[in-house]
Amino acid sequence: MNWPVALEKRSDPSPRLRYVLPAVAIGIGLLLGAMVLSFMGAHPGEAYQEMARGAFGSVYGLSETLVKATPLLLAGLGVGVAFRAGFWNIGAEGQLYMGAMAGTWMALTYPGLPAPLLQPLMIVTGCMAGAFWGLIPAVLRTRWCVNEIITTLMGNYIAILWVDFLVYGPWKDPRAFGFPFAPPLLQTARLPSMPGNRVHLGLLLGLLAATGLTMLLKHTRLGYEIRIIGLSPGAARYAGMNLTRTTLLVMALSGGLAALAGVCEVAGVQGQLKHGLSPGYGYTAIIVAWLARLDPWATIVVSVLLGGLLVGSDMLQIAMNLPVAVAYMLQGLILFSVLAVEFLVGYRLVWKDAR
Amino acid sequence: MELSLVPLLLEAAVRAGTPILLVALGELLAERAGILNLGVEGMMLVGALTGFIVSQQSGEPWIGVLAAAMAGVMLSCVHAFLSISLHANQVGSGLALTIFGTGLSGLLGKSFVGVPAKGFAPIAVPWLADVPLLGRMFFQHDPLVYVAYLLVPGLWVLLYRTRPGLKVRAVGEQPRSADALGISVVVVRYSCVLAGGSAAGLGGAYLSLAYTQMWVDNMTAGRGWIALAMVIFGGWNPVRTALGAYLFGGVQALQLRLQAIGVTVPTYLLMMTPYAFTILALIIASASRARGHVGTPTALGRAYIRGE
Amino acid sequence: MRDPSPLTELRGITKRFPGIIACDRVDLPVYAGEIHALLGENGAGKTTLMHVLYGLHQPDAGEIWIDGQRRVVHSPKDAIRAGIGMVFQHFTLIPSLTVAANIALAASSSHVFLRRKWLAARVQELGEQHQLAVDPNSHVWQLSVGEQQRVEILKLLYRRARILILDEPTAVLTPKESEAFLQTMRKLAAAGDAVILITHKLVEALSVAHRITVLRHGRVVANSDPAEVAESDLARWMIGRDLPIPPTRASQAAAAVELSLTEVSVMNDRGWWALRRVSLDVRRGEILGIAGVAGNGQRELAEVIVGLRRAMAGTVRIRGADVTNASPEAIIGCGVSYVPEDRQGMGLVLSASILDNLLLKAYRLPPVARGPFLNYAQAATEARRLLSAFAMNVLRLDAQVSVLSGGQQQRLLLARELATHPTLLVACSPTRGLDVSAVETIHRLLLEQRQRGCAILLISEDLDELMTLADRIAVIHAGEIAGCFRAAETDAATLGLMMSGGRALGSPTLVERGA
Repeated sequence: MNWPVALEKRSDPSPRLRYVLPAVAIGIGLLLGAMVLSFMGAHPGEAYQEMARGAFGSVYGLSETLVKATPLLLAGLGVGVAFRAGFWNIGAEGQLYMGAMAGTWMALTYPGLPAPLLQPLMIVTGCMAGAFWGLIPAVLRTRWCVNEIITTLMGNYIAILWVDFLVYGPWKDPRAFGFPFAPPLLQTARLPSMPGNRVHLGLLLGLLAATGLTMLLKHTRLGYEIRIIGLSPGAARYAGMNLTRTTLLVMALSGGLAALAGVCEVAGVQGQLKHGLSPGYGYTAIIVAWLARLDPWATIVVSVLLGGLLVGSDMLQIAMNLPVAVAYMLQGLILFSVLAVEFLVGYRLVWKDAR
Repeated sequence: MELSLVPLLLEAAVRAGTPILLVALGELLAERAGILNLGVEGMMLVGALTGFIVSQQSGEPWIGVLAAAMAGVMLSCVHAFLSISLHANQVGSGLALTIFGTGLSGLLGKSFVGVPAKGFAPIAVPWLADVPLLGRMFFQHDPLVYVAYLLVPGLWVLLYRTRPGLKVRAVGEQPRSADALGISVVVVRYSCVLAGGSAAGLGGAYLSLAYTQMWVDNMTAGRGWIALAMVIFGGWNPVRTALGAYLFGGVQALQLRLQAIGVTVPTYLLMMTPYAFTILALIIASASRARGHVGTPTALGRAYIRGE
Repeated sequence: MRDPSPLTELRGITKRFPGIIACDRVDLPVYAGEIHALLGENGAGKTTLMHVLYGLHQPDAGEIWIDGQRRVVHSPKDAIRAGIGMVFQHFTLIPSLTVAANIALAASSSHVFLRRKWLAARVQELGEQHQLAVDPNSHVWQLSVGEQQRVEILKLLYRRARILILDEPTAVLTPKESEAFLQTMRKLAAAGDAVILITHKLVEALSVAHRITVLRHGRVVANSDPAEVAESDLARWMIGRDLPIPPTRASQAAAAVELSLTEVSVMNDRGWWALRRVSLDVRRGEILGIAGVAGNGQRELAEVIVGLRRAMAGTVRIRGADVTNASPEAIIGCGVSYVPEDRQGMGLVLSASILDNLLLKAYRLPPVARGPFLNYAQAATEARRLLSAFAMNVLRLDAQVSVLSGGQQQRLLLARELATHPTLLVACSPTRGLDVSAVETIHRLLLEQRQRGCAILLISEDLDELMTLADRIAVIHAGEIAGCFRAAETDAATLGLMMSGGRALGSPTLVERGA
């Protein structure tokens, strides 16, 4: 095909473009989503207005956005660090559930402990469970070269079924009228939250985690190794880095962070382990990490934006009777847009010389 | 377990394995050309919904199947465009497709939950169905099962005995060389990805029109991912992939059987077996694979940019 | 003898890439029955020009004429249809397919089903006709480099190409194979084809070409009859000044042994023996050259020394200490530096910054490392100092390595490896693909290290380079050391013979092949 224009690779991609990228991508994603919504008979302008108002238009809305942003931030950080090391962790959802489960276990098994002791213990157990869940696919890959995309994903299904087993079976709350809930956590097990809304300690933990990760990646030897291993495993081996050890460390960290999101969801927001604890936070976290280009600080901003998206789509369900699947659809479109726009950052259009 | 259970199980294995097989074969072709498509789960869901809706509206399941295949083609077009023409990251593009497809099917399918539609009835293959034992197990199924039967040797012949298949393999191993030989890497890859998309749509349609005859939100329950695993398990070979898919079908059939019998293992734990089996299958496949050039198409997952 | 009009002609071809002009108004007429050598140093634009003719690049200006008609060549498909065939420097064969399958791919047939037996017979026939016999049913990965090249040429002949372009064809051949190859070219030209040989080897061009065109910085600087020019003329045209005089080597007194391999045996990735009971020593202040055709165990030799590959038998000692199968980290700690053959995949991280690349070895040590932390400010200072020492201060530390030229990348790699003041340097093909001034710089750096007392193991396919730099040269063939000589006491002919498996003249040749 002989187009009059050609794509020429930029010799030096402009750094400024990289920050504009997520905003443009979200914009394009919403635009495409508008087309689907109008096809469905819903007025897109009205829908988006509803969403924006619900997510950012009031103090309560903002607080809800932050509540939803918290697990996205934690899981997004976890997913981001794994992707940095070249490990495709699609299992954040399962790791989240494992963390929620382990935290609940701690709270249910030792109800008498005082809060300052119980809550850190819950967090630690939760993170350990998530780390364990993340280590399994990591070991499979380092030992037997088993594709981690599929193993982490299978882990999601298994973890969710495990929690289902518990809440429909041994942990079923007898006072829950047969609904799949575990007993509600005592006050001592509930993370402190702000007066008047549901924003809880988890947000602070998330911010701390982002700071910690930034420090790790930018100022430590391990962070350097993580980056190099992700960019070029061949060069990493040549430099004498221990790929196995680093991969395992990273996946333990990644699983632990996603699990922390789970503990916070149970102990900070929902108050009890249940079926459907997470509306796909682990998957949305992947979009968060990608949009934030794996940068911890950017993850904070993006998680708030996508938290708003989730709150907004909840509003849509109430106001316009649209199913929450709208959120998923929009997320998919946003990721498509990011990928398409990423391309433009690296290339530019040039007119071919007239002969 | 009584002996007469075995034929029943095998029959159920074929039924359960078919959707996996259809999707896996399509993905196999795409991966042989070097493109990884993680969007199969999403495409399968959209295919299931499309097939269901069109069949319900038209009253004819075959039109539904056709529509499902077309839906798969259209969705895979997006992934193809991003991966091939824009050199985007294939993992990201595939994940986006699955997330989008899951959302889209949930969105559009809401009003079709619980609605009845006309699906497929089992057709007996004349003459073969009368074979004692085997006839009942393999030749009294929905027509899409037979489509899958034919696709396995068909794909094998295509890949190993035809020129187009040779081109596909070349493009998946060394696109640079194929390009220098005058083969259009772009055309080959697009064709394979779109074909894979249609197969994913078919697999989904089978679920909503033959395996069951209804639409349920998220009804694939991870089958797309399992199909991906079966491609790896089968070493990118159609026959071995079919083996894996039917094996998986057997595991699932066994699990359902045990649940029905009322085995003391709790339901939810039993439901884990397909996923655990998939992981096990991958471990076996990876651990036993001889190191070297047999296996993964060399250029799988990497964008081809002429001149680099 | 010659047709009045050329079989193919490039007129005024200009091709630009971001930042450079690869071809600048190049005119190149090539006649039927002619072997035309396209001479120039690395980076002169020869390959780019031929890529334009073959349709891989579209020129920004200029025309392509074939058989008296203007043609537009959009893609390799168009080129093939026009009767042009190209054998690339890095072969375009699919290793996992058979010879026949590879050739079938090259042909344009409308048959859907492969006629495998018929194809195999045709390939066999064609091979015998041109003395380029290869087993059609063997898989390409099983073939030696010379045999693979034969398959490449057969592909062109099967497609009835009349204009054959070959890019650095003798780079991977032994002297004997090169001679056989050039004979084949003479026969093809005599039969009426036009052969374009891209090469940087002056002697070869003079011996086989009917016409020589010299490119420098993308421009044609000469177009002459080889009978009327001398080697020195060509050299001067190629690099714009006289060939550099090879640096003199001060002779060194015998020093302590730095590296010692004893009966080391190593397997390659395919599961065959890459090295069989190899023993060698390298002393301080000495350059030991390893000569050999690619694929005879060189890569595995380097890897087993630096800890990237397991030794199945034998010992590797550094300064007497046994480091066999030690981790790469430990071996780096012994003062070993490694310049790998695969500089872009292994030695450098292309998508990382220059600073990150320079840190690759140094990040574990103070002053850059402070416990588990990395002091980037300190790292930047050190990096700046390193770049100045190697005359590369113009580079920005945060620039991506991928934007650097091949020569700059290699200098960066070497700068990093030499920064740790190694006592042993393992260098594999350090000057491959670089232009003359970059080669000069690297040779100078190597000799400086030698002067400093560093022991250097120089693995190279370039016999000239080895003869220039090495104190002793060992020839590797089929995973064994076929012989070891003082550089001053041997010549290219003897080495070439040993590289292809022969012993001293008159004795039976080794039959076994390597991997």
